[in-house]
Amino acid sequence: MLTVIDTVKGSGIPLRGNDIDTDRIIPARFLKCVTFDGLGQNAFADDIAGLEAQGKVHPFRDPKYAKGTVLVSNRNFGCGSSREHAPQALKRWGVRAIIAESYSEIFFGNCVAIGVPCFRVSHEVADKILSWIEEHPSEEIVTSTQDRTLTMGGEVIPLELADGPRGQFLDGSWHARAVLMSHADDVEKLAGKLPYMKFLAR
Amino acid sequence: MGKNLYQKVFESHIVGKLPSGQYQLFIGTHLCHEVTSPQAFAMLREEGLKVKYPERTFATVDHIIPTTTDARVRPFKDPISEEMLEHLEKNTRDFGVRFFGPDAGEQGVIHIVGPEEGVTQPGMTVACGDSHTATHGAFGAVAFGIGTSQVADVLATQTLAMSPLKTRRINFTGKLQPGVTAKDVALAYIAKLGVNGGVGYAYEFAGPVIENLDMEGRMTVCNMAIEGGARVGYCNPDEKTFAFLRGKPFAPKEDKWDEAVAYWKSVASDPDATFDDEVEIDCNKLEPMVTWGITPAQAMQLNENMPKISEFTGSEQKVIREAYEYMGWEEGGKMLGTPIDIAFVGSCTNGRLPDLIAAAEIMKGHHVSPTVKMWVVPGSQKIKKEAEDLGLDKIFTDAGAEWRDAGCSLCLAMNPDKLQGRQVSASSSNRNFKGRQGSPTGRTILMSPIMVAAAAIEGKVTDVRKYIK
Repeated sequence: MLTVIDTVKGSGIPLRGNDIDTDRIIPARFLKCVTFDGLGQNAFADDIAGLEAQGKVHPFRDPKYAKGTVLVSNRNFGCGSSREHAPQALKRWGVRAIIAESYSEIFFGNCVAIGVPCFRVSHEVADKILSWIEEHPSEEIVTSTQDRTLTMGGEVIPLELADGPRGQFLDGSWHARAVLMSHADDVEKLAGKLPYMKFLAR
Repeated sequence: MGKNLYQKVFESHIVGKLPSGQYQLFIGTHLCHEVTSPQAFAMLREEGLKVKYPERTFATVDHIIPTTTDARVRPFKDPISEEMLEHLEKNTRDFGVRFFGPDAGEQGVIHIVGPEEGVTQPGMTVACGDSHTATHGAFGAVAFGIGTSQVADVLATQTLAMSPLKTRRINFTGKLQPGVTAKDVALAYIAKLGVNGGVGYAYEFAGPVIENLDMEGRMTVCNMAIEGGARVGYCNPDEKTFAFLRGKPFAPKEDKWDEAVAYWKSVASDPDATFDDEVEIDCNKLEPMVTWGITPAQAMQLNENMPKISEFTGSEQKVIREAYEYMGWEEGGKMLGTPIDIAFVGSCTNGRLPDLIAAAEIMKGHHVSPTVKMWVVPGSQKIKKEAEDLGLDKIFTDAGAEWRDAGCSLCLAMNPDKLQGRQVSASSSNRNFKGRQGSPTGRTILMSPIMVAAAAIEGKVTDVRKYIK
């Protein structure tokens, strides 16, 4: 049940801008919901509507990027609230890896918890990747957690990812539930020892 | 060296140490409500998982349920609320989880239903996707709130990845004077230790004042632990604890009773237990408390003056200034005499039978001020029934108050019960945050249920002690 997250293949989604916050990723009114299922279609809902009103198209609505899996952005991506809804919305839209200059700490942690690696690059490299994707919207690019690289048009670009989360993606322990489930026998053994499990009324 | 209750219960529930350095902790009782559980059940479905111990999870509907009889007719007028309840009904049915529903007369606020059904017991770990879960600590359980992904962890594994907390014992010495209640004790320790004072700690509430409180009062004290930053708060179990549980639907049956009590006694803090910190609060001179600001720690005794902004410096001053700007009071003044618009008795903090009895005793023979609307919201359908058997509904309605059905109601206004505009609410609930009670500019004054009753009669913040014979 442990899932290793190493290579992510697919086209890129260029999302230029600093400080793209969780309210923009998924506006607050979509939080009163019963599953995270519908969040994908509402990712960037207000940004999309805002651009449409100006006759422009947001990358999350642009057919060119509809099959994108690697989201690329700039500085302080995912700042704002702690809502798990934000990375969930991106993942459910189709994002499987993110490359940006930096992230809010909470957003980064939430992404680890749902198995979406967040790589860091310098401003210059981010700009280069963004431009390349804009010119090659449907071409496949590949990120590797193992190698900490992006392969793009035959070029291999180094990416940053700290050893801790990298290790969690590679040994599957990013998924806390999977780790907890792997000790099911020990859980039953402990439950058998707890006095109250014997006298609970049903 | 002796151990305290938190240490004993934490240690006895450790399944093992995780590579991350955290412990895998067994959860004895898991409680669910409609707001934070649907995504967790959806995660289980997506991952093809079952609930590991379905008999150890219990659910009810509280946050979104309307509290007027007409509005409770299904389907609810608000389609999202209806959908949330439908999901809870389906999830509990599909996964074999016990649902305390409104049709069976078992519904109520989750932190009231757990103890009333006897599923909350001493020496257990209790988790719920709700920050007021510490309430269950009143029984000598180690109880804490969790996030939605953790709700899924408990459902799938009956365990959580947790790190142990430090412990602080708060000794409440002396004796409460007439008109001073568990709510005042709670506001007093939060005011003393601050909203962040308990971060990283489990609070043990001890001393003669706690021993003399009934179980409902202890639940009020534990309920507000999170408002002081403590994720866990508890009292040691004693004869009152055992008497409360005896005969409850999910409490141990008579043939297992002695065995259960022996275990429960064994988890209490040892006489030589040590704590990372100890604090003493003398309650002999404690007066009824009221909040004046926008955090529960911005509380004071009724006859004190509100602070002056100049008494504070730096970021602290910013917080105080923000509170005054929002509430609109004169700095340094008194809360006594402040006009109110809404009086609310209810919530997981103060929606239990003794709260309703005490408030009714104040209301008897009086009338709600013509400038005030009073809502009395029992914490559960069972409490509602018990209150009606005592004639409390008639006392409240004769006085001009509205007698409602069970739910979280105005405490957080996720159902139709909301403040309008700048209304001021005298509230027996737990949070006076900006916008908490449903209006972005609404104002909340936290106080005990009897103080709410007195404020309802006079239409302003007043001293309940003049109504106590």
